[in-house]
Amino acid sequence: MYVAVKGGEAAIANAHKMLADRRRGDRSVPAITVEQLVEQLALGVDRVMAEASLYAPELAALAVKQARGDMIEAIFLLRAYRTTLPRFGASRPVETGEMIAERRISATYKDLPGGQVLGPTFDYTHRLLDPELAGDGEVPPAPARESEGEPLTRVADILAHEDLIERSAAGPQDEPFPEEPSGDLTREPLEFPMARDLRLQALARGDEGFLLALGYSTQRGYGRTHPFAGEIRMGEVEVEMDVPELGFSVALGAVKVTECQMVNQFAGSAKVPPQFTRGYGLVFGQSERKAMSMALVDRSLRAGELGEDRVAPAQDEEFVISHSDNVQATGFVEHLKLPHYVDFQAELDLVRRMRGEFEEKAKGSDTAKQEAAE
Amino acid sequence: MTSQAKGHATGADPQGDGARGLKTLMDVLAASPASEIAACAEALGGLPQAAPVRGPETGLVMVRGRIGGDGAPFNLGEATVTRATVRLAEGAIGHAYALGQDRAKASLSATLAALWTQGDRRAEIDAAVTAPLLAARAGEETQTKREAAATKVDFFTMVRGDD
Repeated sequence: MYVAVKGGEAAIANAHKMLADRRRGDRSVPAITVEQLVEQLALGVDRVMAEASLYAPELAALAVKQARGDMIEAIFLLRAYRTTLPRFGASRPVETGEMIAERRISATYKDLPGGQVLGPTFDYTHRLLDPELAGDGEVPPAPARESEGEPLTRVADILAHEDLIERSAAGPQDEPFPEEPSGDLTREPLEFPMARDLRLQALARGDEGFLLALGYSTQRGYGRTHPFAGEIRMGEVEVEMDVPELGFSVALGAVKVTECQMVNQFAGSAKVPPQFTRGYGLVFGQSERKAMSMALVDRSLRAGELGEDRVAPAQDEEFVISHSDNVQATGFVEHLKLPHYVDFQAELDLVRRMRGEFEEKAKGSDTAKQEAAE
Repeated sequence: MTSQAKGHATGADPQGDGARGLKTLMDVLAASPASEIAACAEALGGLPQAAPVRGPETGLVMVRGRIGGDGAPFNLGEATVTRATVRLAEGAIGHAYALGQDRAKASLSATLAALWTQGDRRAEIDAAVTAPLLAARAGEETQTKREAAATKVDFFTMVRGDD
């Protein structure tokens, strides 16, 4: 029950001024700039873009600054901003095979065409804090060497001719893929069961921590899928859109994405011979952890389609998708701190009455026992 | 980043080579920073007055991916896009679309596209705008590839045992 209550305007206004003061912190320390965040906290900015489901680095950096580094608050700010903008249209699907890759590795083939390209990775670092980074020392440019220009073959294509790995197929007779996704969850409410394209849209914006935990649970035995990181690639892909007033498509520029192809064991079924199946992850920005987690969860959620028993949380579509959005989750959890005075008064009254009845009954049975004893 | 063929159209041929030349120009304008475009426009000498027809305005484009990287499309997430349409005094229309929120860049790009469409200065625009911007983008692409190549693992095999 909600009752209109007045008051608190001055307190709220002053609380916001105090927030602004604390956000700025010690005035003798220079204010951080949006450019600094974009350049030097790039992976944080990437995470905000991925989970806000809006690619806009400067705006995401501004959101991080405004939220004092609270990532979910920043994601919330960017989500709110996107609702103020009109939609111009949809791009053609980005072609990750044509990515200008900064990184591409495979855990299944040592010598795959294009090779193992490590790129700007934390892997193989010793995870020792570097005191030099506390200063502003000179950083040499990245080393460079002649590129052999060998195309980065997809792992799925390497085994494709043997039919040992599942291929993307639209229908039985290699029908063309549909032009449009089956739906858009920014336009229509969630409905279960979901098509895989909608699930991927939800997972791409899902909370990294939640997907990481679910992916981890599948590895620990809760709906295991025996995964291999078939391929991970990260870099820029061009976004191309058909523009009706021009009569041709134009490139809008490039976005950075991370893609993960997970290759999973599959024993086969009555209809399908044993072969490797695939889980897929694609995320805005550089975020390998998220792309890998997404691929693990995507594969787990295909349990029904592949005729596997649904026994674990990561295989439960409604559970996973309904709880993967951190803006929704934080909204419902944090709303508990808003005034519930009247609800609580009502419950307090109820508990008092129940307590009264309980004590009445206890007294009654005590008297009865006493009488019986005498 | 774009790697379009550098086929420069010079004649007034809106459907054939012309459309390709316009696409090449628009693609590279979208991929280039405003400061570089402004420098190229300066090299052209003054640009004519252009009246805004639509925008500049910022909106959203739903970026799509493919399931498995090679399958049916799905919605990956949106991106901000800024677009503009302008008309020159002689009537030529130019459009611009680019990722981001830069309205000045959209207006300038649309003016260049309109001027290109008008037809009389195509060779000049191709030489002063399209070519240098394409070269700059190609340079960046090569640099990224060379930096990535330096992190490629060169495996060697350790021989163990006697044979």
